[in-house]
Amino acid sequence: MYETNYHRASSVQEAVQMMGAAAEGKYLSGGMTIIPTMRQRLAAPSDLIDLRHIAEMKGIAVDGRSVRIGAATTHEEVATSAALAAVCPALCGLAGHIGDPAVRHMGTIGGSIANNDPAADYPAAMLGLDAVIVTDRREIMAGDFFTGLFETALEEGEIITAVRFETPAKAAYRKFPNPASRYAMTGVFVARRDNGDVRVAVTGAGSNGVFRHSGLEAALSANWSPDAVANVTVDASDLLADLHASAAYRANLVKVMTKRAVAAA
Amino acid sequence: MAKITMTVNGRQVSGVCDDRTLLVHFIRENLGLTGTHVGCDTSQCGACVIHMDGQSVKSCSILAAQAAGSSITTIEGLAQNGELHPVQAAFKAHHGLQCGFCTPGMVMTAVDMIRRHGSDLDEATVRAELEGNICRCTGYHNIVKAILAAVHETGGVRQAAE
Ligand SMILES: Cc1cc2nc3c(=O)[nH]c(=O)nc-3n(C[C@H](O)[C@H](O)[C@H](O)COP(=O)(O)OP(=O)(O)OC[C@H]3O[C@@H](n4cnc5c(N)ncnc54)[C@H](O)[C@@H]3O)c2cc1C
Ligand code: FES
Ligand code: FES
Repeated sequence: MYETNYHRASSVQEAVQMMGAAAEGKYLSGGMTIIPTMRQRLAAPSDLIDLRHIAEMKGIAVDGRSVRIGAATTHEEVATSAALAAVCPALCGLAGHIGDPAVRHMGTIGGSIANNDPAADYPAAMLGLDAVIVTDRREIMAGDFFTGLFETALEEGEIITAVRFETPAKAAYRKFPNPASRYAMTGVFVARRDNGDVRVAVTGAGSNGVFRHSGLEAALSANWSPDAVANVTVDASDLLADLHASAAYRANLVKVMTKRAVAAA
Repeated sequence: MAKITMTVNGRQVSGVCDDRTLLVHFIRENLGLTGTHVGCDTSQCGACVIHMDGQSVKSCSILAAQAAGSSITTIEGLAQNGELHPVQAAFKAHHGLQCGFCTPGMVMTAVDMIRRHGSDLDEATVRAELEGNICRCTGYHNIVKAILAAVHETGGVRQAAE
């Protein structure tokens, strides 16, 4: 691991200032992605600005059907929140299947979506829930936030402070985990609004990262049932292929995970 | 360089290390507590699991500087007054280890599991939660047996995070 300088911020404002003063700084939240990456010498930030002690970035607030989750909230806190489970159990279930318990005790929702790993779970939930990503300077719709593999709409030094969304009438997430890493080989988040609108967000499969599938959304808007998925075609040409699964295999997984998610919602 | 102070196994300790020093190296090299192991380079094996502020974490994926000010428990801190912790005793009784390399991490993970689930802890949950701990020797059966036995041994009392 290359040398770096560690700073601990106690407010969002202080973190932004620390980042401004750094040559090639990076924010550090749970560290479950950035520290392993640095250890492998794939990243070499001059400075790390720790966000884990910023009180205003932590916690889950539920007000009716409006949910706000601080960016520094851990996967474990999301997985075990009774208030969140009462209105959006799908998100608790998703968080409870990220990595392993030790990873969930450190990793955070803000770090996961800022990283936008094409196989990460949270990006599918954010897109499926039509969430708003709140930063120190603006609000970004999830649909505009995830821009490509490990790419987001975040500017230099911009901090995600929270995410917020309105809970849908029904939602569920199902993933086919890679048997070794437990990252999603394909994961599908489905959400149905009171007015019948449906979102189907797919992670782990797209060659450009998380995406919505309009064919599945149309079929499920017309008929909210696992059977509705059968006649939809998922085009494999835009899907990832690697040693774990071919694009055609992932195309099939998209349908199977969608069916299972609808059945569970 | 950073001067770091934290509480380890109930004692306040401090040491000087690089900002990039991993917590596991601080524990092993600065503090000489070599029960915590390093078994991989990918954050997947769990040989390095310790408790930070009452929760299991992978000390190979945390900087010592991140842990400054926290309260740490390592495998050396479990036994009290020369008596093995019930989870350690259960691993011994049920032959939950062979070479022993994964054992400190397994035991720390198991103690954390029992803290969170108490007597609700069943075999399926134990197996699912061992996701982040790899053992190359035992085939896991006796580890699972030991953890379930320890649940009964401790009366399955859920404990609040330290
Ligand atoms: C063994 C293992 C298994 C895993 N399995 C899964 C899995 O199954 N599914 C899954 O989705 N993930 C998995 N992960 C990744 C895990 O969820 C990480 O916690 C997550 O990807 C990153 O969150 P973090 O808080 O640890 O971020 P960090 O590692 O601290 O940061 C990640 C990146 O985001 C930036 N960043 C962090 N916070 C902010 C912020 N608030 N604003 C702006 N930028 C920010 C950092 O600068 C960095 O570039 C796994 C990780 C490990 C080690
Ligand atoms: S050494 Fe920490 S997970 Fe392997
Ligand atoms: S006992 Fe040898 S690795 Fe587990």
